[in-house]
Amino acid sequence: MPRTAAPWEVKHELLVKAEDETDPRFGCKPEERSAEELIKYGVINVDKPAGPSSHEVAAWVKRILKQEHVGHGGTLEAKA
Amino acid sequence: MTLGDATKVVQALLHSGKEYVCVMKLHKDVGIEQIKKVLGEFEDNIYQRPPLRASVKRQLRTRRIYYSDLLETDGRKVLFRTGCEGGTYIRKLCFDIGEVLGCGAHMQELRRTRAGPFVEAGSVILHDAAYWFMMWQEKNDETFLRRFIQPMERALDMIPKVHVRDSAVDALCHGASLTAPGVLSFESSVKAGLMIAVLTLKDEAVCLSRAVVDGNQVLNMEHGFVATTERVLMPRGTYPKRWKSGSRKNE
Repeated sequence: MPRTAAPWEVKHELLVKAEDETDPRFGCKPEERSAEELIKYGVINVDKPAGPSSHEVAAWVKRILKQEHVGHGGTLEAKA
Repeated sequence: MTLGDATKVVQALLHSGKEYVCVMKLHKDVGIEQIKKVLGEFEDNIYQRPPLRASVKRQLRTRRIYYSDLLETDGRKVLFRTGCEGGTYIRKLCFDIGEVLGCGAHMQELRRTRAGPFVEAGSVILHDAAYWFMMWQEKNDETFLRRFIQPMERALDMIPKVHVRDSAVDALCHGASLTAPGVLSFESSVKAGLMIAVLTLKDEAVCLSRAVVDGNQVLNMEHGFVATTERVLMPRGTYPKRWKSGSRKNE
């Protein structure tokens, strides 16, 4: 079987339909968000050790960062 | 982990490609060349029925294995790295590899090394996260937070993107479909039926949408729907409202 490219190996081509400008008064670039906004619209790439479940780790992150909502991006197995 | 309002982006990660490093235990001795050959045979579309203990409907489905590379063997233990479509069961894959080898096999250990754009190399341990969070509170220096918290837009890195005009943003935040006049640029990988990320010119995420046309069609479209909004990520009112109910859009 010839090896197929994984999604992270695929290059995306950008096509421009029209030009426009964005008003600096509204919104803000993701990297310029305030600390509070960064937390509110943030993700953490956690190195989860074997043992505790994803749900447990989410609960710890919630407590450490004093956040109301913390989710995780999927478990390995029902018991993981 | 997703924080606060970013929990909505997990949608984009669940179906994204994954990479694992796995220890498979063979039930009999098998030569390395034979193992390599069979791993290679599985670099394809494979059929899997979710295991008994699964959180999804147990019906036969296909998943793509992009690559399976043998890293090391130690007796009957086989260490390999595999890149696959989201929703692939590695335990099943190991069992099936064992069947094809004729010796039987099971999965012994598993570690995910990638979920969509997030790789193991860029991950942080909880101890560091807790320490940096405390340092941010004490020193009031945001760089501590930025060491481990990334903007939610990072999670969208690998799904096709569409950039829209400021004037289209608030309508999208209210759940309206994306129409052709609002589109400024898009990636050629946009395909009808696929999930796409809608961004502003400042690269902020507006929403996750389902494309209804292919990318190459959008270029020549003057009106009509491009995508339907599925998950709104930006709060309403971030950009000014530029639409009137009951009449055509202002711009």
